Amino acid sequence: MRDVAVIGVGCTKFGEHWERSFRDLFVEAGALALEDAKLAGEKIDAMYVGNMSAGRFIEQEHIGALIADYAGMASRHIPSTRVEAACASGGLAFRQAVIAVASGMEDIVVAAGVEKMTDVEPGASTDALTGAADREWEGFVGATFPGLYAMIATDYMHKYKMTREQLAHVAVKNHYNGARNPIAQFPTEITLDTVLKSTVVAEPLRLFDCSPITDGAAAVIVAPLERAKEFTDTPIKVLATAQASDSIALHDRRDISTLDATVAAGQRAFRMAKLTHKDIDMVEVHDCFSIAEICAIEDLGFCKKGTAGKFTADGETALGGKIPVNTSGGLKACGHPVGATGIKQVYEIVQQLRGEAGKRQVDGAKIGMTHNVGGTGATVAVHILGRV
Amino acid sequence: MTVARFWRKIPQRYNLVGTKCETCGRHFFPPRTFCPDCRRNGKIVDHKFAGFGTIVTYSVIQTEPDQFASPGPYVLAIIKLDEGPQMTSQIICDPKDVKIGMRVRSVFRRIATDGESGIIHYGTKFVPVE
Ligand SMILES: [Zn+2]
Repeated sequence: MRDVAVIGVGCTKFGEHWERSFRDLFVEAGALALEDAKLAGEKIDAMYVGNMSAGRFIEQEHIGALIADYAGMASRHIPSTRVEAACASGGLAFRQAVIAVASGMEDIVVAAGVEKMTDVEPGASTDALTGAADREWEGFVGATFPGLYAMIATDYMHKYKMTREQLAHVAVKNHYNGARNPIAQFPTEITLDTVLKSTVVAEPLRLFDCSPITDGAAAVIVAPLERAKEFTDTPIKVLATAQASDSIALHDRRDISTLDATVAAGQRAFRMAKLTHKDIDMVEVHDCFSIAEICAIEDLGFCKKGTAGKFTADGETALGGKIPVNTSGGLKACGHPVGATGIKQVYEIVQQLRGEAGKRQVDGAKIGMTHNVGGTGATVAVHILGRV
Repeated sequence: MTVARFWRKIPQRYNLVGTKCETCGRHFFPPRTFCPDCRRNGKIVDHKFAGFGTIVTYSVIQTEPDQFASPGPYVLAIIKLDEGPQMTSQIICDPKDVKIGMRVRSVFRRIATDGESGIIHYGTKFVPVE
């Protein structure tokens, strides 16, 4: 297998883009990534696009061809493939691009992610997202996505005695980081009170425990490491790519508040990179709900099971803490255009490793990790990236 | 949802009919037609569950999607059936009373309505065991 490097990254601002279409968004992200890699579009050999549900959100399927076409690739007939794993679609698209280059099959490959979620009513987008769980045996009986994660939170708080206030620290920290990220949907700091007094969505989760509905797109370009210097002075090496699956329904898991797919993907990634959690300078985890970040940092090994609430409240996951988590603002503050999230995580880590993260820069960042979850943990993608 | 999509699962949804692997004795609800433990050596048969179980975890849903619209919040839970498997369902009780470890039994109830004139979906919910 060949070593693979990220040579260019681009991302739109995340938010409610009433004035812009699905096509506008991915064309912008792709153009930004090409410009960053100082690359002409004719050099692209293949594309992988993470997208969860264009069929439900904009009534458009066949996204691979659409994107290649509007990115100006139709006359070159390059292979372009849509990748779907609910909210982990972006992470899997990145992984497919890395595998294509590592295998020697392709040289210059785009991994993109896009979701346009605000063209339908909020009820319709919520229902589309429920398709990431088991429609027949969860969705049909009244399980919403916040409801499923709320059941994880109930189980977790019962077992480990985490307080409601400790959980609220996740959102406060992520908004602090988001306020320092120019692409964030909610670049505003909040207090514990903001979280604790917000509307209850599904007990014990409140509005400020939940990631928003977002439009956005992100793109990164990967190439063989040996060719990376042709395009950039600061190539970022892909040290590991890992993916794992688990039961589609939450009720079939071995343990409700452990994501075994996160554990498996994390262990595989560390083994592949020959690293441990101590080597990671910052991590982007999938905080679709505050409780998801609590589980993720434990299941990836950054702190012991049952201690993440205190760990977070003590500031260990904040900028300047032991392991900064979600410097981008995470899904909570940066936004969560589902198919784009996994690519945005790579975008953030690349910025950190290049030293270009501005006010949220982690000093001396050398190695970073991304963690992207589909559904309630039925698919997980983990990547480790490092400075060369 | 089409009528057929709901109708084809009526025995399971109305009567809590799942499956059982005769090779290893493991029970499945929701039903499976392939035993993950025995794989090709498994022998799957229908099995009617007794309908008793224990609450593993729960949430009180405050903002429900349209089709589940009901007067007030509802209790969503994962129930461990006495035969072994776990399932997701609603608990009919005062939301203040629901607890982890609470004993429940299944009842036949309306689950949801598809729109104003849509079909009404029935299925299994649970009530506390007195
Ligand atoms: Zn069996």
